[in-house]
Amino acid sequence: MSTPFLEAVALACERDWRLLFDKLDLRLESGEMLQISGPNGSGKTSLLRLLSGLMQPTAGQVLLKGQPLEAQRSELARNLVWIGHAAGIKGLLTAEENLTWLCALHQPASREAIWQALAAVGLRGFEDVPCHTLSAGQQRRVGLARLYLSAPPLWILDEPFTALDKHGVAQLERHLANHCEQGGLVVLTTHHSLLEKPAGYRELDLGQRAA
Amino acid sequence: MSSVFTLLLKRETRLLFRRPAELANPLVFFAIVIALFPLAVGPESQLLQTISPGLVWVAALLAVLLSLDGLFRSDFEDGSLEQWVVSPHPLALLVLAKVLAHWAFSGLALVLLAPLLGLMLGLPLGAMPVLLLSLLLGTPILSLLGAVGAALTVGLKRGGLLLALLILPLYIPVLILGSGALQAALQGLPAIGHLLWLASLTALAVTLTPFAIAAGLKISVGE
Repeated sequence: MSTPFLEAVALACERDWRLLFDKLDLRLESGEMLQISGPNGSGKTSLLRLLSGLMQPTAGQVLLKGQPLEAQRSELARNLVWIGHAAGIKGLLTAEENLTWLCALHQPASREAIWQALAAVGLRGFEDVPCHTLSAGQQRRVGLARLYLSAPPLWILDEPFTALDKHGVAQLERHLANHCEQGGLVVLTTHHSLLEKPAGYRELDLGQRAA
Repeated sequence: MSSVFTLLLKRETRLLFRRPAELANPLVFFAIVIALFPLAVGPESQLLQTISPGLVWVAALLAVLLSLDGLFRSDFEDGSLEQWVVSPHPLALLVLAKVLAHWAFSGLALVLLAPLLGLMLGLPLGAMPVLLLSLLLGTPILSLLGAVGAALTVGLKRGGLLLALLILPLYIPVLILGSGALQAALQGLPAIGHLLWLASLTALAVTLTPFAIAAGLKISVGE
């Protein structure tokens, strides 16, 4: 069997002396989409943070292409787009400035590419507006615009659909499915059931595991 | 790698200038504390001159401390720090740029304001170069050491007091050397020894604290 892109081995997570999950095994290949669901407080966000290397597991380990995550931070950084609950958007900066900086952290993008990405998420005309004047949904779109630039293969998204309107949700679902079909890998948490599922779709219910 | 450093410097500068109130806070605090002393202890210039080294340095130290509480707060809350941690760039380099930008508009601004306030305290003109040099060498240490505390307390709801408790003891050597230099200058003694010690502490802080700040931030983000 080939080594999977991302693998979790006997992962356990403890927050404030409460065991959220343990003995969690995951194998994720390119082209797959994993939706993590479960009730509030079941450890969805924690699992995402473990997979993206922001948090250390209580037990077990995460492997990237067969190697422990800790030993190859830069390899992970090159392959990962992480968009958390808060997407790192500064209210005082404009949409364009925010996106330029977030891209520069990984791979600098040209001004045209930034404007195209903003147009792709429906923010044409809002490029030079400070983000604190945008609505919650529009701010989320600024963060998600990163996914429309030349993005690395592994996307880990925490509640990407929050605050988006119906049209935005459908568009993002299509974009995520496209990414998977082109060999990308998406791990996301969301409470709603996806309408557009790629071939490699799977769901992990943390609530049922605990029961 | 260095381009990210300059980009972050530009970004932080832009952010500071769009929030001018925060920029002015430490400066106004510094000026007011020093302006209050002649009113409180009387305008007798001999007395003011005697206490001025300690006064300028304590005021500068508290002004820097005041500005540090929020250093990483907004970056922590809006998720910027997470993006820094998952980026391929060394976190220590990013925090060095962040603290440098912060210092330029708090510490460096204090240095520029100091001669004016020194005059108010009746410092002789001959002591001004030493005042400026000691603050120029000392304030980066205050910012960098304070950033270590700010990184560790950023996840706490009310970390301000804890930050002061953690960091003030570490400020003592800087306080002693800084005000010692000024005292020596006032008494007509050479201040070079104090200044060289301060300079070596600055070099030590610039090279070592970014790693401590980065480690502190990783802990705070990983919680």
